[in-house]
Amino acid sequence: MHVPDGFIDAPVSAAAGVLAAAAVAVSLRGARRELGGHRPDGPDLAPGAERTAPLAGLVAAFIFAVQMLNFPVAAGTSGHLLGGALAAILVGPYTGVLCVSVVLLMQGVLFADGGLTALGVNITDMAVVTVLVAYGIFRGLVKVLPRGRRAVTAAAFVAAAVSVPAAAVAFTGMYALGGTTDVPIGTVFAAMTGVHVLIGLGEAAITALTVGAVLAVRPDLVYGARGLAKPLELRTSPLAGPAAGREPSGEPADTPDAPRPVAARRSTRRVWLAGVAAALVCAGGVSYYASTSPDGLEKVAQDEGMDAKAEDHAAKDSPLADYSVKDIANPRISGGLAGVIGVGATLAVGTGVFVVVRRRRGAARDTAVADAATGDATQPRHTPESA
Amino acid sequence: MGAGHAHKLYRPAHSPVHALPPHCKIAAVLCFVLAVVATPRTALWAFALYALLLAAVAAAARVPAGFLLKRLLIEVPFVAFAVLMPFVATGPRVHILGLSLSESGLWGAWNILAKGTLGVAASVLLAATTELRGLLLGLQRLRMPPLLVQIASFMIRYGDVIADELRRMRIARLSRGFEARGVRHWGVLAKSAGALFIRSYERGERVHLAMVSRGYTGTLPVPDAAPATGGQWSRAAALPAAALAVCLLGWTL
Amino acid sequence: MDAVTTAPVRTAPAPSLKIAGLAYAYPDGHQALFGVDLTVARGERVALLGPNGAGKTTLVLHLNGILAPGAGTVTVAGLPVVRRHLAEIRRRVGIVFQDPDDQLFMPTVREDVAFGPAAAGLRGAALDARVTEALGRVGMAEFADRPPHHLSFGQRRRVAVATVLAMRPEILVLDEPSSNLDPASRRELADILRVLDVTVLMVTHDLPYALELCPRSVVLSEGVIAADGPTQELLSDADLMAAHRLELPFGFDPRSVTIPTS
Repeated sequence: MHVPDGFIDAPVSAAAGVLAAAAVAVSLRGARRELGGHRPDGPDLAPGAERTAPLAGLVAAFIFAVQMLNFPVAAGTSGHLLGGALAAILVGPYTGVLCVSVVLLMQGVLFADGGLTALGVNITDMAVVTVLVAYGIFRGLVKVLPRGRRAVTAAAFVAAAVSVPAAAVAFTGMYALGGTTDVPIGTVFAAMTGVHVLIGLGEAAITALTVGAVLAVRPDLVYGARGLAKPLELRTSPLAGPAAGREPSGEPADTPDAPRPVAARRSTRRVWLAGVAAALVCAGGVSYYASTSPDGLEKVAQDEGMDAKAEDHAAKDSPLADYSVKDIANPRISGGLAGVIGVGATLAVGTGVFVVVRRRRGAARDTAVADAATGDATQPRHTPESA
Repeated sequence: MGAGHAHKLYRPAHSPVHALPPHCKIAAVLCFVLAVVATPRTALWAFALYALLLAAVAAAARVPAGFLLKRLLIEVPFVAFAVLMPFVATGPRVHILGLSLSESGLWGAWNILAKGTLGVAASVLLAATTELRGLLLGLQRLRMPPLLVQIASFMIRYGDVIADELRRMRIARLSRGFEARGVRHWGVLAKSAGALFIRSYERGERVHLAMVSRGYTGTLPVPDAAPATGGQWSRAAALPAAALAVCLLGWTL
Repeated sequence: MDAVTTAPVRTAPAPSLKIAGLAYAYPDGHQALFGVDLTVARGERVALLGPNGAGKTTLVLHLNGILAPGAGTVTVAGLPVVRRHLAEIRRRVGIVFQDPDDQLFMPTVREDVAFGPAAAGLRGAALDARVTEALGRVGMAEFADRPPHHLSFGQRRRVAVATVLAMRPEILVLDEPSSNLDPASRRELADILRVLDVTVLMVTHDLPYALELCPRSVVLSEGVIAADGPTQELLSDADLMAAHRLELPFGFDPRSVTIPTS
């Protein structure tokens, strides 16, 4: 969310401006390396620097445009991508910071979206923190997880899911230093992170799906996953039995009992479980700390569209209505639990989506519908190469 | 969020405000907003004066009030935020119309609303009286790194082109009977986003080739522009100077 | 006229373009050119014909040193295309790319046309004069201060030609100049190209357009020059055409056309 003028006091805004300027300066240097290092042209040109402006400019235009793509949620509401995590994963951290910063700058100057004096706050928050957190987590997970496309998309999911609340935490930090209102820090923290954990899940789903879509067509363009394309083939061999060990690049499906689908499913499941665990831990943990103040929960609930006058905890139609589980006295634990339940519900919905999508695709290919519906609930990611 | 019609932000006219060099205007708006932000929130009259100052600039620039007010709508999310404030802030409470409101929360809400609105109005006036290209050149003359200005100008140049591609993809989806109605359609939308990224990146590569073919070595030529005269600077400084005076009065009175 | 008059006077001017034994393979191993030989004399207008995938674009990217030959040489008006001459080569070889949106990357038409000459060091009034002249030659002078994306496709294509003319090139290379143009824009562009006094190499699938504008054609097929001769003769050779996947539009008979002498 774009912070307007007057939300953060002048000294902290100025300090954030200095920080943002430094980050952008560093990114300007780093982006030359990121965009110059990977060139299909011949050796006759000096590699690098002069590619930065057109490529980063086009990526910034992409982020600007993709923020207009509406993702319907339910009942007429829709969300859109924030893009920090996506930029970090697709074009690298430096270019990512640079592109998101330029987008924020132009939104501030042209559309008055985000105050001019708050530009530093906005860039620090939404460009620097989001991109760095997302990229750090993404790289870490890609290293830890088994190699492959699904691992990349899973890592993208977690990275994006964490990056959004991380920005909220950073915002709270700046608010604590230079907030202009007397709303207690705990309340701001709870409200910001609580809301942004939810937003983060949407961002995560979209980011992971988008990264998956790019991976399926141009894996070489995904900065965070460069070099993964070839080992993808090699890694199937150990699970395919001794015959494949001799011939690492061979197609393991040659073996008559075809263990490959099972193997693939098993490794997928592992990735999936890791992703679920990470998401649960993060959402639960963040919500736990987010729940320090009952006011915060109320605020989150109000932000989510409940009546602003609801000071009494009136609306209890839904068990998660104000993000604490009913009948659990300790607000922290119940808040954390609500987070976990929320993640669980999202995962369930997400799995349902994949089952539906799988079934549709299966039907389109004239394969047995039931087959897809029964077997593939554990395969969350599909990255078809539809022409 | 921007609707992609960047060129509609600018209102061409011949006015003293339009005629000022862009970098003077940018600096003036920035200083003005800084003064506004630094004003104590209890000085209600100061904000009224700021609003009058902006109204005077708008009148001089022949920007109609309706245009300005419509563009102020971008602020709506923060109005919602500000409305919540009196309910959640701590401190002594007052009772208005049967609601228990925090006094400091009310002040906080006022603070955000007043300063935010003035900031948005100032930015809107800047964008309405300065062409896009002028804004970018102005930023460059204010010592923003040239590479950053280049990236921004490519973003502006191709923002519409890419938004158009997005629109065509949507029409193509609709034409084939697909309409995204809920979360289960996200996969398709994300594929559009992925395709859009690939197209954007590849266009970036083609643009780079076209640039290199015409001798690009990393710097874009900056059109020669006469430096701003002292008169222009002082005219541009009228707004922030008045604001500074108001701000200082706000602290002393 | 400018390229000719401003060039140093020689008794026998070097050909605008001389390609000898040019071969090239992409880094992924795919070989696109297998020894291309082509000479284009000063002032000639030559059409480069060939099916998709024949290596036309690869060849074009060698002309100004964006791709470096794996073997063979490219010479532009006597100057070999090598690294230390790149700046001068890119001034001499003006490439008009297929998508004008890729080519017109600056915020206004004027700045875009000024881009090349400014990169070559021209400034001030001389630069303005050059821009005005180039835009005048394509009939777009009154659009100088418009942003490129507000122009029609045909207008953008013409501005793209002007961006290159502003550099006073020795040779103008056009990649599919007639693609996506309506018949009127197509004719307007042809009128502009016909009166230009520069060497033209035109890469195209549009065979009637080649016949209209270029007295000479070469056929690039499978990475080599497969045919070279007067355009009317090549297009009338049904066997040659069929062998290289070149097809004339329905009902078009190249023998029935009288070529306008320019």
